[in-house]
Amino acid sequence: MASEEEVQVLTLEAYADTIVPGEKRFPEDRAVAGAAPGPGAVEAGALDLLNYDATGITAGLPYLVQSLNDHAKSYAGEVELEIDTDVPPFVALPYEHRRALVTRLTKPGHPEKEGWVSLALFCNMAYDTAPHRHTAEALAAGHPGLLALGYRPPDADGLWRFPKFSYGRKLADLHPDTTPSGSPA
Amino acid sequence: MSAIEKTDVVIVGSGFGGSIPAYHLAAGGAKVVVLERGPWLAAEDFDHDYLLGSSYTRVFDFVAGEGMSVLGGNCVGGGSVVYFAAMPRAPKFVFDRHGSIGRRMWPAEISRDSLEPWYDRVDESIPVSKQDWTDVSYAGGLWAAACNHSGRTANPAPVAVDNDRCTNCNFQMAGCRFDAKRSMLTNYLPAALAHGAQIRPLHEVERLERTEDGGYRVHFDLIDEEDYRIHTGSGVIEAKIVIIAAGAGATPVILQRSEAALGTMPHGVGRYFSGNGERLNTAIIDEDRVREVLGLSREDGAVYAANHIGKGPTVANWDKLDGSLPEYERYSLEQLYFPPGLGTILAQAPGGEEPRWFGAEKKEILKQWSNWLTIFLMTEDDNEGVFGTPPPTGNAYRISQQMLGRGPLRYEPTANTLRGWALADADCKAIIEKDGLAKVAPWTNDVVGAYTVHPLASCRIGDDPATSALHPSHELRDHEGIFVTDSASVPGALTVNPAMTIAALAERAVPGIVRALQDRGVDVKYGAPAPDGSITGRRAVSKLDLVAGN
Repeated sequence: MASEEEVQVLTLEAYADTIVPGEKRFPEDRAVAGAAPGPGAVEAGALDLLNYDATGITAGLPYLVQSLNDHAKSYAGEVELEIDTDVPPFVALPYEHRRALVTRLTKPGHPEKEGWVSLALFCNMAYDTAPHRHTAEALAAGHPGLLALGYRPPDADGLWRFPKFSYGRKLADLHPDTTPSGSPA
Repeated sequence: MSAIEKTDVVIVGSGFGGSIPAYHLAAGGAKVVVLERGPWLAAEDFDHDYLLGSSYTRVFDFVAGEGMSVLGGNCVGGGSVVYFAAMPRAPKFVFDRHGSIGRRMWPAEISRDSLEPWYDRVDESIPVSKQDWTDVSYAGGLWAAACNHSGRTANPAPVAVDNDRCTNCNFQMAGCRFDAKRSMLTNYLPAALAHGAQIRPLHEVERLERTEDGGYRVHFDLIDEEDYRIHTGSGVIEAKIVIIAAGAGATPVILQRSEAALGTMPHGVGRYFSGNGERLNTAIIDEDRVREVLGLSREDGAVYAANHIGKGPTVANWDKLDGSLPEYERYSLEQLYFPPGLGTILAQAPGGEEPRWFGAEKKEILKQWSNWLTIFLMTEDDNEGVFGTPPPTGNAYRISQQMLGRGPLRYEPTANTLRGWALADADCKAIIEKDGLAKVAPWTNDVVGAYTVHPLASCRIGDDPATSALHPSHELRDHEGIFVTDSASVPGALTVNPAMTIAALAERAVPGIVRALQDRGVDVKYGAPAPDGSITGRRAVSKLDLVAGN
């Protein structure tokens, strides 16, 4: 079995990959399940973000990792799934089962919901917001999530401006009771 | 003890509810100190950047509660810096709402008609502009065309935006780099400063106590400018009058924490919270259908692909703002923009199996993000939010260095609220899915509960002491000399964006606060013009009983 640090990395990568799945980085990739084409949260930098202590989640990661693997072990027993022991239990789960377990952990009423939701929130943000990097730099470096969203590069000064922004014509009748100030009556 | 600083008025918070009295009282001659827990940023500080630590996370606050998460401002200018600047007046029927108490919940003396002169004052002071179709973003235009296709109306919303300066960058949640958004930083606050008001950023007020001379001692902590979890010191200041305008998510918490020193708070403090009945839907637009059915296309050949272009909301459907409909069946449907992160995590892939907020299907819709159209539903909720035990400081246990915290608000939507949401969801779906224009799904409430960008009513005005914390004058019941003039004072959901109404109520509260100061021997007068010197609004209110003192 891997070292504690490797267990943490693999487990968090597998969690991030459950939130925004990606394709395997290399054929024997265990953490990334390969459930979706293109890079996912892991390649987008989920671990960089989780290890950035401005998030407030970094100090709690070892506990989340241990708890997630405990949940994965119980879950596998419950659904009678035999899992490999050469990787952490959550990593050993196939994508559909990781997804089912995360669904359970983030459901209203689960006592640990808050922690799992926070973890999911930052994994998601690593992909679609890249808050661990300057947005313009991340775009220039080809950040996979921002590019997938279709985010455009800014002007040369790093600011966004869209001189063309409107269809420029009337597209509906106004509500008949609109007041002179432009408000509803 | 002689070293304790004293002033006439301490104002807690510098959003609409704080800036407006700060200006009028300073202009009238009072010594005013504004304590703001967030940083003080100006246009050049507002970044186009999602990096943690950029202005986006410095000025913005996200407090997760139990069943409700609240988004708000955290900077000098408060909500006015981070909001989307839609400024409609509330429809007439709103003031006759009964809500959860079985009778009219607004004070008898306030109606749309009686509030109009105060709305006019705000309109002139901000100033608020009407928008033309040429001001409307692609997203707003698409929503208007979809409404029209369903036989519905659509209105460009009045806004506090100088459209000549606006670059349609859609970064206005991080503050406006171009000073196009007319936040409090562009009108009331500079005018207040010019009249000698002091504004102190990174001062988080924790609690109040009485002084022997009948005033108040205000206890604050100093907040680190980068890591808001760190408090670098503390202090006190005394005032004859305290105005609490920390926002509906924080005002009641300060009062609850002060209860040990001040005595029992009115029942309405920290109760009757409303999320303005808010809810969001994300539609994934089918560009081919939009071209064929609505005949829309951009000059550059695309049809839409413009989620990221614009300035928050520009167009609203007000067909269901109909006073003849029963309460809880009235709502507006407004086009809106949310940036990635906050605007993507809760969006759900239309159709398919649960869960739809994460996983492979969600990733597929993220690829279509530029073709998202977000529709904001503002319905009538039931004021069902209640604040629990206050955290030791602030209004939340801070998780991240900025922005994210865990607060004491609990919100369990009633059947009325749930039904209103369902009606509005269905109406939105009927409009945007007609003839295959889009696929739509509401945001999930399972992840962080419901959510609101317009928290209201947690310390509200009313006639009934049992269900309102404040007198109609905005003075806290049983605690003379404390006024609340922010979103907390609004009695309930408004079915439209509330900033205009919050500001009008703050304007309306000022003459009464002036009188309270005069009663305490302060040489202060009411009657300042608009911050730019315009006098039409002042002339109109000068005849009202409230101002004349009859």
